[in-house]
Amino acid sequence: MSAIAIKNNQQIPVSSIPLVDYHNFLIFNTSLLKLEENHCVNYFGIPKNNTIQLFCCVANDNNQNILISSSIIDKDKPYPSFSEQHVAFEKFEREIHENFGINYTNHPWLKPVRYAYDRQNKSNTITNYPFFKIDSEELHEVGVGPIHAGIIEPGHFRFLCNGEQILHLEIQLGYQHRGIEKLFLNKKRLVERNTLAENIAGDSVIGHTTAFVNLWESLCKFEPSDDILLSRIIALELERIAVHTGDLSGMCTDIAYQLGSSVFGRLRTPIINFFQQWCGNRLGKSLVRVGNNNFPFTNELRTKLIAVLDKFEPDFDEMCKETFHAPTVLGRLEKTGIITNQLGKEIGLVGMAARMTNINRDIRSSHPFGYYTSLAHQPILKEHGDVQSRGQIRREEVKQSINYIRNLLNNIPLKQKEVTTNLQLTPSSFAISLIEGWRGEICHCAITDEKGELIHYKIKDPSFHNWLAVAMSVRNNEISDFPIGNKSFDLSYCGHDL
Amino acid sequence: MLENIKILFHQGKQYIPDLRTVEAPGVFRGRPIINLESVDNEALKEICPTHAISANPVQIDLGKCTFCGECALAFPNKIKFTKDYKIATNSLEGLIVKEGEDKLITLNADLVRAEIQKYFKNSLKLRQVSAGGDGSCEMELGACSNVNFDMGRYGIEFVASPRHADGIVITGPITENMAKPLQTAYEAIPQPKIVILCGVDAISGGIFVDSPAINRSFLKTLKIDLYVPGNPIHPLTFINGVLDLIGKK
Repeated sequence: MSAIAIKNNQQIPVSSIPLVDYHNFLIFNTSLLKLEENHCVNYFGIPKNNTIQLFCCVANDNNQNILISSSIIDKDKPYPSFSEQHVAFEKFEREIHENFGINYTNHPWLKPVRYAYDRQNKSNTITNYPFFKIDSEELHEVGVGPIHAGIIEPGHFRFLCNGEQILHLEIQLGYQHRGIEKLFLNKKRLVERNTLAENIAGDSVIGHTTAFVNLWESLCKFEPSDDILLSRIIALELERIAVHTGDLSGMCTDIAYQLGSSVFGRLRTPIINFFQQWCGNRLGKSLVRVGNNNFPFTNELRTKLIAVLDKFEPDFDEMCKETFHAPTVLGRLEKTGIITNQLGKEIGLVGMAARMTNINRDIRSSHPFGYYTSLAHQPILKEHGDVQSRGQIRREEVKQSINYIRNLLNNIPLKQKEVTTNLQLTPSSFAISLIEGWRGEICHCAITDEKGELIHYKIKDPSFHNWLAVAMSVRNNEISDFPIGNKSFDLSYCGHDL
Repeated sequence: MLENIKILFHQGKQYIPDLRTVEAPGVFRGRPIINLESVDNEALKEICPTHAISANPVQIDLGKCTFCGECALAFPNKIKFTKDYKIATNSLEGLIVKEGEDKLITLNADLVRAEIQKYFKNSLKLRQVSAGGDGSCEMELGACSNVNFDMGRYGIEFVASPRHADGIVITGPITENMAKPLQTAYEAIPQPKIVILCGVDAISGGIFVDSPAINRSFLKTLKIDLYVPGNPIHPLTFINGVLDLIGKK
């Protein structure tokens, strides 16, 4: 047996994960990805003396299984790469290379990922990134960032253009690296770790924090109450509504469609203000906590939320109808920034960016937790893979989330505040937690030692998979379409850089 | 055309008429009040994720506070967070809230440089730089200019180029990888220029303060004109703080 099959939010003894030699490890995992139903949700290494223990987690979209396999390799020897067989592994292997200096004999693009402070090769710095170059009299380079024109996070984009047309885009990240994964180990108090999880990515506060608390509770063998689970799902879906609506505003801004920009922008306000009414923070920081609900979802809140949604929905519908029928809008969105279904599968896209090109991938349906099981979620799929599809998906997912919240509010009894303390981590364990955030699949993994101390914490934001799609989607587009193309993906810099 | 007018009509009045006095909705956690009741100080300090609470006397450093409210939940009689969002100030001492005190947080007029009010009172253009910020303060700064808060009514705007800016608004704990670009952007702004630190990460490093991946040495060379606490900052905190700084009523 090459792997152990586990479910989402399950913890297992580390010793139960089969150790195979690297050759079989490679064949096993790369053959898994030959089937479309499988994709790699996490792949990382842990240093041990002069060796690295690799863990590969491949999720199956059909049978709720996640296959965990492991192999130990030497630091000093070169190895054949997974990426040669399947591009979806390329970022993971670059990360392993950057962190530990593992050399791959046939990796197609072995470049730095985020310039982590504890990287192996300190002579690689963010100022000497090896950009792809083409020598030509006709072509020119355009560099954008790290600081962008708007109020957003930093990252560098380097375009190779033929006139107005983009031939190639390379995206260099790492400016936001804060050393979060190591801080999870160094900070020993639960409240510190909970706070760290909230600060991984400010637009996915609920997503990342829920992944963290689900993981932590499974490592402590703690079963959260119905009320806690309900609160998390309502919060997740509210976050999806808020960010999708804000993104529709941003997309309208980028094509200078003033009405949509203002109206979607202001429609986001009542949703995030509801978070403030619920927990005192507009983005939901402080709401999600391990083992307790500091801010129970009361009947009063239920009434307020229904009123907020009742007011929101007609205005949202009206604005969507106008936006997606306006020729000035459609002319900019349709056939811009296309990712084909085939390319999407090769890259291993996740989340909204996968569904816009007809890849049926959604953790809410494939690996559901809590009430998602009873919602029997049907992912919304689009076929064209262009900016228009990414806009339409947002529109329809907002509507779907509103329906889910209404359903949940109708049926579930609400309870009182509960506080659980003294949770202990199970020693020598491995656990994995998957969440479908608004952007896509968030994956957290943790491993404990024999004393029950955390020895490894691994975070994967959906952006880690999807940045490559931004670079590919702009090829042969006009460079003036880059802002709208980029915004339509709206990927995270800090979630990637950690 | 008619459809567009209908949409405009349906939005009603979205802007907040008076940003100076409007009440924050819900259970907003703004300026805390600490009373003199004695509690287990060690337990109180231990509950704070960012060591913002110290004892003898009990005080909260709003530059370190994430406003998570854990202390007020555990010691509801000792600490209460009010809805007072006017918590921006221009000195680190001004960010300290001591037990037994219930006074408003204001700017120290002696520390405001004369040229700030002279040049920027009616028009202030700012360049924002995120240096490891998680995107939350950035989103709230963006919200300052939306139709609800409409900061532009005071002549305060964010601009794309540092050359067009009168000051820099920094978010994030300042990562090693972002330290140099941040400094470059700062240097590109013409004199006189103001510096605003936004959010707990920028003011103190927040939860990242002891991370080896951050480098805050650049800040030590600057005079900070305004500290805006929060995680993230609330648009009302930012706008009121800036208005106080430039001397707008």
